[in-house]
Amino acid sequence: MSNHSHPIVGGLKAETKSFNFYYGANRALKNIDLPVAEHRVTALIGPSGCGKSTLLRSFNRMHDLYPGNRYEGEIMLYPDNVNMISPTVDPIEVRMRVSMVFQKPNPFPKSIYENVAYGLRVRGENRKSVLDEQVEKALRGAALWEEVKDRLNDLAFNLSGGQQQRLCIARALASNPEILLFDEPTSALDPIATASIEELVAELKEKVTILIVTHNMQQAARVSDFTAFMYLGELIEFGPTDELFVKPKNKRTEDYITGRFG
Amino acid sequence: MTPSELQSLRELIGRHKRYDILFGLIGVLATLVGVITLLALFIDLVLDGYGRLTPEFFTNFPSRRASEAGILSAWVGTALVMLVTLVAAVPLGVAAAIYLEEYAPRNWITELIEINVTNLAGVPSIVYGLLALGLFVYMLDFGQSILSAGLTLALLILPVLIVATREALRAIPTAIREAAYALGATRWQMVSQHLIPYSMGGILTAVIIGMARAIGETAPVITIGALTFIAFLPPAPFSLDPVTGQPAGPFDWLFSPFTVLPIQMFNWVSRPQPAFLENAAATGIVIIVATLVMNALAIWLRYRIRKNLKW
Repeated sequence: MSNHSHPIVGGLKAETKSFNFYYGANRALKNIDLPVAEHRVTALIGPSGCGKSTLLRSFNRMHDLYPGNRYEGEIMLYPDNVNMISPTVDPIEVRMRVSMVFQKPNPFPKSIYENVAYGLRVRGENRKSVLDEQVEKALRGAALWEEVKDRLNDLAFNLSGGQQQRLCIARALASNPEILLFDEPTSALDPIATASIEELVAELKEKVTILIVTHNMQQAARVSDFTAFMYLGELIEFGPTDELFVKPKNKRTEDYITGRFG
Repeated sequence: MTPSELQSLRELIGRHKRYDILFGLIGVLATLVGVITLLALFIDLVLDGYGRLTPEFFTNFPSRRASEAGILSAWVGTALVMLVTLVAAVPLGVAAAIYLEEYAPRNWITELIEINVTNLAGVPSIVYGLLALGLFVYMLDFGQSILSAGLTLALLILPVLIVATREALRAIPTAIREAAYALGATRWQMVSQHLIPYSMGGILTAVIIGMARAIGETAPVITIGALTFIAFLPPAPFSLDPVTGQPAGPFDWLFSPFTVLPIQMFNWVSRPQPAFLENAAATGIVIIVATLVMNALAIWLRYRIRKNLKW
């Protein structure tokens, strides 16, 4: 954070330090220093191709699934003080602690119940009483319980798009992650479903630290406490959301949020 | 637009539409050639052979007297060979497809293997027969047995099975894989708990279509030395041998000589007496019906399983 002020009051949950990411020879992220405040919502904004999703997907090592990708630098997880992208850290361990909600709802072609229980089953939890309890807790956390409690064995595909996305949030919550990543979670949803997801994101920060990528600046302004503006693989400006949107320090940030480009 | 311009525009569209109709007709004719040929063949077979389709036809061994001859040894042989084919081909084919699709690194060796597998599907079946004669019958000393035939046909349908299974796996969206990985699943958890169940429809279809191909194969089975006339059944597990009085082992049937339906049919076709031609036609009906039933089963299964997958 050499060029940025440290506006965070309270604890840090994670932090990228001189973080670079390469798709083969292509350097997609350049020296990113981004603090992630605990129990706050941090939004990543910027034009298409700026690297915001690439940065998000580095937090749970999704890039490890594909060959030719390389990380450089550190993504520290606190309070453990571990570098999550170190080759000595198992990506599966990282994904168990840092969960993710994707752009399009992607429920498994299984029942509502089994979708939510999956994260626990992966951890070897098969006791029905524990699963029942955790599934209900996660569905309540995702504001879906009242709508689905009578049809938990229905196929997840029978839910509406917004319900499916909340199901995916419940699925991510069920295993009590420390950080929850959202990759443009409302881009495939209608305005009403979008509003309910935004409301949910704001509520969830009580329980979990949230990092959200959005191409919608109003959304970032509505749901986030901190905002990072990225451009061409660089972090241009980071600050409390109300400050960054009201009086951006950088010219490019100002141009982007006032709609002059992007 | 003036009325005369509109008029000429409509005439132009009308002229263009004539080609639509013309091609529609050609298309219908082209389609009918295939359908009518199959129907004509099948009806001809039925007219020739339906008179022989009595229960005794299925319970009698072949005989010198055409009216007493049946396909008992042939259909039992076919069923047992298919069983061996199924048990050998499905695990091999599915495991190879999963490896190639999900585990194999993307490099030139993998690519070479992929090209090979695809090309294997086009190798004439008699070549598989020659390979099997050397490998299973002589080198591994399985003899001219049900085991050799089953393994040969398994090799034959393996490429079809691998290619079709890979297609079924590829049809599963990346988002589903990523969803499982993002929850901390290992590769094997992702494969066994998601990919295999979701691609089951495609895999089963591939298996059945492969079996439908294998059931009619004649050349490789003749090459490895299936008998053309056989009047006994493979020993059932633990049954007493009529000559020695010894009980058979549980897997003795695997090493028994055998015949299969298409060979029985071939044998009867090559007899001079017209009565045997009737038997051959009746056997043909049995093979075609078995194939059609398998294909229908494949379509039904695909429909049933894909109904729940919306992507």
